[in-house]
Amino acid sequence: MSAAVLRFAGVSRAYGSGEQTVHALAEVSFEVAAGELVAVMGPSGSGKSTLLALAGGLDAPTSGAVFMEDVELGALDAAALARLRRDRVGYVFQDYNLVTDLTAAENVALPRELAGVGTRAARREAIAALAEVGLADMAGRFPDQLSGGQQQRIAIARALVGQRRLVLADEPTGALDSRTSLAVLEVLRARIDAGAAGVLVTHEPRYAGWADRTIFLRDGRLVDATGPRQTPEQLLGRTA
Amino acid sequence: MQRNAVRWGLLAVFADGPKYGYQLKSEFDAHTSGSWALNVGQVYTTLDRLARDGYVAPIGSNADGREVFAITDQGREALASWFGTPVTDTDRPRSELAIKLAMAAVAPGVDVAAVVQVQRAESMRQMRDYTDLRRQADESDDVAWLLLVDHLIFTLESEVRWLDHVEATVLRRARPGRGRTPLKTPALADQHCTEVEVSGR
Repeated sequence: MSAAVLRFAGVSRAYGSGEQTVHALAEVSFEVAAGELVAVMGPSGSGKSTLLALAGGLDAPTSGAVFMEDVELGALDAAALARLRRDRVGYVFQDYNLVTDLTAAENVALPRELAGVGTRAARREAIAALAEVGLADMAGRFPDQLSGGQQQRIAIARALVGQRRLVLADEPTGALDSRTSLAVLEVLRARIDAGAAGVLVTHEPRYAGWADRTIFLRDGRLVDATGPRQTPEQLLGRTA
Repeated sequence: MQRNAVRWGLLAVFADGPKYGYQLKSEFDAHTSGSWALNVGQVYTTLDRLARDGYVAPIGSNADGREVFAITDQGREALASWFGTPVTDTDRPRSELAIKLAMAAVAPGVDVAAVVQVQRAESMRQMRDYTDLRRQADESDDVAWLLLVDHLIFTLESEVRWLDHVEATVLRRARPGRGRTPLKTPALADQHCTEVEVSGR
């Protein structure tokens, strides 16, 4: 088994105090290994967004610990946490969140430049990341010159540019039609298969099927998860 | 109903030309990737019935001495009628899952949420595995087979959505002052309602 890129160990997050306490997440433990995509499902208010915020170091647990490649996020000071977030974690949102005044290549290069990489080197990395999502020829286009599916693929390239190995995707297909959603999932899956790790929050069971495992949250608790794979023969009941 | 599906499915295989018995089975298996697991005896029995009903007729033997059948005009007409008639799935309300959850909702001592969770985890496991199969397919694969896998994926999707609905309905009803309080099955609750430890693959 590959080393865990992300690990939740008994993580709880509560807001408020006394009778007003809201337990957004309660004693959740799971891991995401390199080359693995884990889908998170659950009704509204079940804790999915809290889980993503904790996974990305944007929020801190009330108890338990979140580890990224064996580094406990809670043990880092603010500057180190910001650096780790910038260098290791990428986000993909439903509404793409691309900077409209920057080209596709500039959008993808942006986190690398913010990390201190020189402009030319950052652009080289951006072009390579765009090539990995099949959009190298769109490098000079602005977001409003691209389709929703293309913008989301650029967001995936941005999420995994350079040394970033963890992508946190929050309903990445929420604004896309079925066919475009599948194209985006194909790109995400390919990047995961190439060695990244990913968490995919989705309401769509059919899209969660692209993940290696699906975990379900209800009232902040992890209530069930998918089991191991079956062979095609077992799956289809084939005798030969 | 399943017998009917096989009968019409086998007749449809004749649409592109005459076949001998084993060839009929091979082509049906190829289109369904063997998922129906038809045995040779079943194919020959169905072939006899199709001939008895006048839907196919023997047209002689091939070089290997195997009896070859072809679809008749009556068979083409019946096949066209089958394609043009909607399927009324009379087995649907009788599915074991529907009955299991309906009964779980009214039987004392059953934690319906736990039953839902066990089933949903299994449904999503199947969803992932069928999605793997679909992802590995390419455009050169048998289109009938691809559509059958898609059917399984879409069916599982609706099943998971229905399971979510069942869970939400039961939990809503379980709130104090909102109807009867469901009882718990301790064994099920202990096994599945607690936090699930999940490790990497």
